[in-house]
Amino acid sequence: MIEIDNISKTYQTGKTKVQALKNLNCSVKNGELFGLIGPDGAGKTSLLRILTTLLLADEGKATVAGFDVIKDYKKIRNMIGYMPGRFSLYTDLSVEENLQFFATIFKTTIQENYHLIRDIYEQIEPFKNRKAGQLSGGMKQKLALCCALIHKPKVLLLDEPTTGVDVVSRKEFWRMLKRLKEAGLTIMVATPYMDEAVLCDRVALIQNGQILETDAPDQLIQNHRHPLWKVKANNMYALLQDLRQYEAIETVHPFGEYHHATPKSGTEDMPALKSWLENKKHEAVEMEAIAPNIEDIFMDLMQNKTS
Amino acid sequence: MNKDPVIFADKLTRNFGAFTAVDQISFAVNRGEIFGFLGANGAGKTTAMRMLCGLIAPSAGKASVAGFDVYHQSESIKKNIGYMSQKFSLYDDLTVGENIRLFGGIYGMRSDAIREKTSFILEDLHLQKEKNTLVKSLPLGWKQKLAFSVAIFHNPPIVFLDEPTGGVDPITRREFWEMIYKSADKGTTIFVTTHYMDEAEYCNRVCIMVDGKIEALDTPAALRHQFEAPGMEAVFLQLARKATRSGD
Amino acid sequence: MMQQFLAFVQKELYHIWRDKRTLFILFGMPVVQIALFGFALSNEVKNSGIAVLDPSKDEVTRTLIERIDASRYFEVVSYLQSTDEIDAVFKKGKIKMVLIFPNNFARDLRHPNKAMVQFIADASDPNLATTVTNYASAIISDYQNEINQQKIPYRIQPNLRMLYNPQLKSAYSFVPGVMAMILLLVCTMMTSISIVKEKETGTMEVLLASPLQPILIIIAKAIPYLLLSMVNIATILLLSVFVLQLPIAGSLLLLVLESTLFTITALTLGLLISTITNSQQIAMLISLVGMFLPTLMLSGFMFPIENMPVPLQVVSNIIPAKWFYIIARDVMIKGVGIGALWKETLILAGMTLFLLFIALKKFKIRLEG
Repeated sequence: MIEIDNISKTYQTGKTKVQALKNLNCSVKNGELFGLIGPDGAGKTSLLRILTTLLLADEGKATVAGFDVIKDYKKIRNMIGYMPGRFSLYTDLSVEENLQFFATIFKTTIQENYHLIRDIYEQIEPFKNRKAGQLSGGMKQKLALCCALIHKPKVLLLDEPTTGVDVVSRKEFWRMLKRLKEAGLTIMVATPYMDEAVLCDRVALIQNGQILETDAPDQLIQNHRHPLWKVKANNMYALLQDLRQYEAIETVHPFGEYHHATPKSGTEDMPALKSWLENKKHEAVEMEAIAPNIEDIFMDLMQNKTS
Repeated sequence: MNKDPVIFADKLTRNFGAFTAVDQISFAVNRGEIFGFLGANGAGKTTAMRMLCGLIAPSAGKASVAGFDVYHQSESIKKNIGYMSQKFSLYDDLTVGENIRLFGGIYGMRSDAIREKTSFILEDLHLQKEKNTLVKSLPLGWKQKLAFSVAIFHNPPIVFLDEPTGGVDPITRREFWEMIYKSADKGTTIFVTTHYMDEAEYCNRVCIMVDGKIEALDTPAALRHQFEAPGMEAVFLQLARKATRSGD
Repeated sequence: MMQQFLAFVQKELYHIWRDKRTLFILFGMPVVQIALFGFALSNEVKNSGIAVLDPSKDEVTRTLIERIDASRYFEVVSYLQSTDEIDAVFKKGKIKMVLIFPNNFARDLRHPNKAMVQFIADASDPNLATTVTNYASAIISDYQNEINQQKIPYRIQPNLRMLYNPQLKSAYSFVPGVMAMILLLVCTMMTSISIVKEKETGTMEVLLASPLQPILIIIAKAIPYLLLSMVNIATILLLSVFVLQLPIAGSLLLLVLESTLFTITALTLGLLISTITNSQQIAMLISLVGMFLPTLMLSGFMFPIENMPVPLQVVSNIIPAKWFYIIARDVMIKGVGIGALWKETLILAGMTLFLLFIALKKFKIRLEG
């Protein structure tokens, strides 16, 4: 459905040149819920803007549903739904007026495709006369999603739809996306939240304008299976420093409740580590072997790229 | 950790007209503690933090920061804290060196002290070659780490961090938290808000605000136990679902 | 397409209606300006104090002095005895002009080109001094007309007469000027801000990614301000006719058509400005400093172009408002028709087309190149 072929894009502001996208290749299949996972500055917004025909790439080609983003931009604009990175609806128009406006702009009516947005709209319907600027973050996202869906697009492109939104709304949002995918839409979501990657069919990990790897989340985890331990003790900071000094540990990163430590291959001896730590006066030492999660993998890939 | 409260709040309240943003919150933060402040947007976190930083006056209740009263001694508070937020930390159109010098001056440091510490910071962050680079050309991760260093440039006893790691790549995020750990280890008290639930785990204690009130205040382990939750996210979800404010 | 267009226009009307500050500017401004210019800021001088030195003291001088005193522009405040007093009386500050008759004025009058009256005006305000001496001259030459008609069989036509505006009502020149200002303010500034606002808030991104044709965005943004301008112009004309008592000498239809042309010019300028910036503040600044201010200074309605240094006179030719001002003023005050104004109209229309061409070319259908 979406093909991205060797796309590059450089921005020039004054004397500084920033290369946002470097020979990027990617493709999204029909009916997929595809995640573009990466931090700020990775190039997610630039890529999405190229796909929505709002930005011209310096090099390379891209097509959406077979249409070229440069030559056939009008056709693409007729069949995509787009939610930009920040709230871009009219703050001084009410919920209903916004929806009405965008429905008409997209040459349709609210009634025509109501079934598609019903689940979402029902949640904000009680506020339909409220000015959009006075909605909470979660409500704004829901409204923006409705406006992007109102014309039954074939492809939905969402740029960080859950950033700045409360945790409960975030979960709901992804539930809605799943339902939309089941209704047949192809969805591409850009997000900095690594934990959202597992909710997608496939993900592309993007950093510094390049794609580190593309695959289904569990496939990624399979591919990067290597010994990984989670370790915790009472004094986490001291634990971190000690683990760094331990010969048989390759890398260690704080990971919330536990630290994630990668033992050097061939030397996986958990009990040895445990007694070493206890000798160093660490209390309540716990450790367990685990599978890496997407964030572990992202960090591995980042470090491989730089080393 | 010795119980030596450096931040103290007693029934702290703030109203905006008929709307009560912060509703009689009470808590104490000890020296050297990493204190996490969580809550949904609109729960009152930012308002509470602003009161503690001396930026706005409370409507009712008491609070003191570094021994100074928030009502009458807000200027002294500002001299004794560091502050960093996701939205603003450094001036994009100044160089790294200029930013450090500027904030050093704002914090009342002497020029020779500034110069000395500047080279120290730059070495620590491996940014020596970037001294004359405009901040806007720095990758986000370096910006945030530099901003944190600038926030503690004058060795304040307390540092307030408002969602400091938003949007940053995972490696930088961790490097940032290591800097926080190091700072806390030296005795700086860290007051931090974040949306990343795993970061809540780095804190000694976590406070969760819902609808302007404190609904939970304890160590992460105790909270997980209390709410029978596998992680902080689950704890948070349970509490956030009760909220009435997120809907409007 | 029509439905898309109408939906867009409706949205624009919502925006305008709901922004109270903008509403005030759009409707309040013309009224305020007219009131200001028409009454308060009047170039007219009323009851200016003058002093008179009349060694002649004959019936002619006395009649003239009475006439001058009786006019609402002057009030004789003191009678001087000698030229030594002139300096002192000016310094006191109560008078703006001294009127000096020679000895034996009446006798001099019988000889052509011999009777002279001297005005000494306080030119620390040159505009005021000119105006004051002009008024006094007018009164004198009126009298001269009268006595010529009575006494001497042949007529000596004086060469000083204020055509069309004998009372030198300054409001006459202001009304077309104010019309131009208001149109610029409403159309240029508001349109440019309106378009740039969409870029700044991010809604333009969503609009561009939709099937909406970009040209519709432009037209739909312009229409409400076009209508608003029509209302404003009607208000200004009504106020000027009924409150300031300035009749429209020429064809109302022609005036309306030319105003519409200039409105389109102003809208095009607004569009052009919106293509060169993404910030509402800058759009406003450019509109005010780049358009409004030069127009105020160089269009000819505040300061006569003929009095300007030559380089500025040349520059004033590229200011669209200058041409509109000439057109509006001539239609309103002189009552001329299109026959006399076709050249100016053509220039204005040509400028408009040229600006439109550039603006449309620069209008971006994407976010960045």
